[in-house]
Amino acid sequence: MMIDCQVRKRLFETVARRVIANADELTDLDRAIGDGDHGTNMRRGFEAVLASVDELSAKSLGESLKGVGTTLVMKIGGASGPLYGTLFMSLGKSLSDEVTYEQTANAFAIAIEAVKARGKSDVGQKTMLDVLFPVARVLREGGTDITTRLKATARDAAEKTIPMRAIRGRASFLGERSIGHMDPGARSSALIVDAVAEFMEGLA
Amino acid sequence: MSENVGIVIVSHSADVARGTALMVEQMVGREVPLGWCGGDPGGGLGTNVEAIMKAIEQAWSEKGVAILVDLGGAETNSEMAIEMLPEERRGRVVVCNAPVVEGAVMAATEAASGATLEAVRRTAEELTPA
Repeated sequence: MMIDCQVRKRLFETVARRVIANADELTDLDRAIGDGDHGTNMRRGFEAVLASVDELSAKSLGESLKGVGTTLVMKIGGASGPLYGTLFMSLGKSLSDEVTYEQTANAFAIAIEAVKARGKSDVGQKTMLDVLFPVARVLREGGTDITTRLKATARDAAEKTIPMRAIRGRASFLGERSIGHMDPGARSSALIVDAVAEFMEGLA
Repeated sequence: MSENVGIVIVSHSADVARGTALMVEQMVGREVPLGWCGGDPGGGLGTNVEAIMKAIEQAWSEKGVAILVDLGGAETNSEMAIEMLPEERRGRVVVCNAPVVEGAVMAATEAASGATLEAVRRTAEELTPA
């Protein structure tokens, strides 16, 4: 599949708009178990992506993704900046304009390992990894109805963070009291996966 | 040009970072290059990679720079900032696992004696229970 400049631009806009549209929900989730700034931070980061989307998407796919990552690192603030920045920068390192399904799945698998290293966290600790790893598994399996399954997996995986106890991040200070709330980072990851999957359906 | 290790203070709050920097200056004077930052890119509570990179630049010493951080995001953003430095500087900046105020004062006191980056880090980290 060829991801040209126009497609990249629409993809970045779709993802950014989805995050921005749901920023208040992310902040509400973060207020329950964190410091209540996840939505505000993510909005600031993705508004910066929107503001420079022409410039960002004019480069190759790899360079575009790295540019989005750097923008997020610089503008989000808080731990989410480096975490989402690392995700996009790592994808950028692995992908060129002409991408196959397999390359995308591999690039994603590498990128989430980079996020895991950056956050010194692991699956099961009530973080974005609890969405990204199940999504990577579905990507690796491939098969029919992939976008439908990606969306369902992301949504369910975010829900599954509700009974988890936080080990990393600000929510870990709450210990047992972090149980019963969805992790805001898991939710924002699910939103992004959903937006990308929907975008892919529009391309098919 | 200072011959001492530089100290950078990264807090979620600009007030905490500035206050800590003042304490360090009072204890060790200006013999130690000092940089500090606090607040997110929008001016609220939080941390900011760009500001951390500037603080490292401000505190730069050929002997290296030790960073003291408060909460999680400050550590993650500091590590990110280090990775985004020019390659020849990257290996000479460390994040200390220590409480920000006490760590900064201890680290700066050690740095003022001309100690190496590793010694400065070790001194700051003595404050952290193993």
